[in-house]
Amino acid sequence: MKEVSNTMSIVACHDVAKIYHQGAVDVRALDDVDLEVEAGDFVALAGPSGSGKTTLLNLIGGLDTADAGEINVAGRNVREMSAAELAELRLRRVGFIFQSYNLIPVLSAEENAEFVMMLQGVPAAERRRRAREILDEVGLEGLYDRRPSELSGGQQQRVAVARAIVADPAIVLADEPTANLDSETGRALLETMEEMNRTKGVTFIFSTHDQMVMDHARRLVHLKDGRVDRDERREG
Amino acid sequence: MSDMSEALARFGVYLRIAWRNLWRNRRRTAVILTAIVLGVWSMILLGALMRGLAEEMVENGIRTLTGHVQIHAERYRSDPVAAHPIRDPEAVTATIREVLGPGARWVSRVRVPVVVDTARKTGGATLVGIDVEREPELSFIGPDAIVDGRFLEPGEAGAVVVGRALLDEMETELGHKLVLLAQDAHDASVSRAFRIVGVYRAELEATEKQYLFVSKEAADGWLALDGAVSEIAVELADHRQAEGAARKLRAALVADGVGGEDGQPFQVASWRELLPVQRAVLDIFEGFVQLWYVVVFIAMGFGVVNTILMAIFERVRELGLLRALGMRPGAIVVEVLMEAVMMLLIGAAAGNLLGWASVAALAVHGIDLSAMAAGMELAGLSRVVYPVVTRSDLLLANGVVLILGVVVSLYPAVKASRFTPVEAMRQG
Repeated sequence: MKEVSNTMSIVACHDVAKIYHQGAVDVRALDDVDLEVEAGDFVALAGPSGSGKTTLLNLIGGLDTADAGEINVAGRNVREMSAAELAELRLRRVGFIFQSYNLIPVLSAEENAEFVMMLQGVPAAERRRRAREILDEVGLEGLYDRRPSELSGGQQQRVAVARAIVADPAIVLADEPTANLDSETGRALLETMEEMNRTKGVTFIFSTHDQMVMDHARRLVHLKDGRVDRDERREG
Repeated sequence: MSDMSEALARFGVYLRIAWRNLWRNRRRTAVILTAIVLGVWSMILLGALMRGLAEEMVENGIRTLTGHVQIHAERYRSDPVAAHPIRDPEAVTATIREVLGPGARWVSRVRVPVVVDTARKTGGATLVGIDVEREPELSFIGPDAIVDGRFLEPGEAGAVVVGRALLDEMETELGHKLVLLAQDAHDASVSRAFRIVGVYRAELEATEKQYLFVSKEAADGWLALDGAVSEIAVELADHRQAEGAARKLRAALVADGVGGEDGQPFQVASWRELLPVQRAVLDIFEGFVQLWYVVVFIAMGFGVVNTILMAIFERVRELGLLRALGMRPGAIVVEVLMEAVMMLLIGAAAGNLLGWASVAALAVHGIDLSAMAAGMELAGLSRVVYPVVTRSDLLLANGVVLILGVVVSLYPAVKASRFTPVEAMRQG
């Protein structure tokens, strides 16, 4: 369909397929998907349930492995990586924001934001400074010591955004980040992500059902039955 | 950033998460902690009581004319007669003093089989000629054991002290005479009448029937021993030193050449050789204690595994999240094991404290087992048991709980690390 080149892309998928075996039936979750994302982009993967949005995010993030094709993230072929290398990729290069249950319940907002940096071995003072800075930027000043159970859904997702971007990943993958939020909170979260994209140049790829989210995306990739159906770029 | 400090930083994070996870479900943690505390406490207390019982039994055996180490002439133990004595006891005691230092105590005895003849009955027994002044320091026989009449006087001839049970068996009385028949140092049959001046009681009836006591001087003169003795019994600070002391004495006696020229003039035996029954019972008790440890651990181990499994299945999604964020499976194993280790350490510490307090409380008055004393006497046990804690018992109890605890916790820990992030995140 499209020629894929790896040169300027932060993510490059070529002929990617993923098959789930459900009993005797093989379900092709992804089928010959080609997708290239440039650094600094703000991309939404849209499509109905079962169209393969989450599967594609999982493959790009190294959470799952493709059955065919090639996936390059920050210049490295994900399909050739060992489990340990994938863990390292997720730790150093990818930030994740999930639909729900994003935070470690026994850690405070600040500790959650610091978590990835702690795994990376960033010195404590530096961690703290960066975590607080980013929490302030996503609008969580003064809530550093709150545990997730003491935060609202929107605040929890902001902590997740803070955690995803604080360690300077190559890309942030967000799987329906606003799905469990009311529209106002969802909009605020989206604006936060947009702001981070604009000011820090962080690449975002998110999956969504939400029209409002789609409206904010600079590029909208529609998936249908595991294939790229439409790829729109909007400027503005 | 060096690898070392990165590893330390990660370790710190896992430790913090593990600690907080431990208290997420306080009630569940409290229940399993209680189980661990009670388990460790019972291990320590029961172990201490069992050991107290066994030690008491061994001490009784040792006080019954055994001592910790005994030295005999080479042929005496196979043929314990007056013709096989230690001919130069001073040379042997000089070696004892030299080898064991001034702290060791010893006593020498004449000990020969005799036939006891009274007006009505005849029977076999063992005559013991004792150092009347020193013997009471080392063994049960002495003025305190006398229940009727009096104890022997130093150097007294013609007087004998007998056990209550023998007195009854021979149908004689205090003040009466009995005739003893034996072989002297030259293998000649000799007999002499002794007057019963005292009657003693011992822990065991068998002891009362077995031994008659005269002064060493009386035995010496009667059996023509000319200063020779049958045995020298040594008492040490602790019965556990017996084997080592016996070994040293054996070597020293050979080196000093105190005796025959074949290099084996004496037999040196520790109480473990001299009291095979007590040794066997001690070993059985030890086995029981270890068996008890295993039983307690099995019960506790299931509880620990179950608790950790429940805790893990409650947070499958969270474990998936940790994996998604870049935590490696090995790190998940470490984190879950930390939870187990913390639980085990807290439980073991409290269990030790409780065990120590219980042992300290019981050590004051002991546990009075007189209600079961009739049966216990047969086994050579005392009526009051005092708990005895040894370092090796403590190490074993704690080692079993901590090391095996970690081993069984590996199962849930490895299970936790096996959830793939996608699988885990799909749940819930």
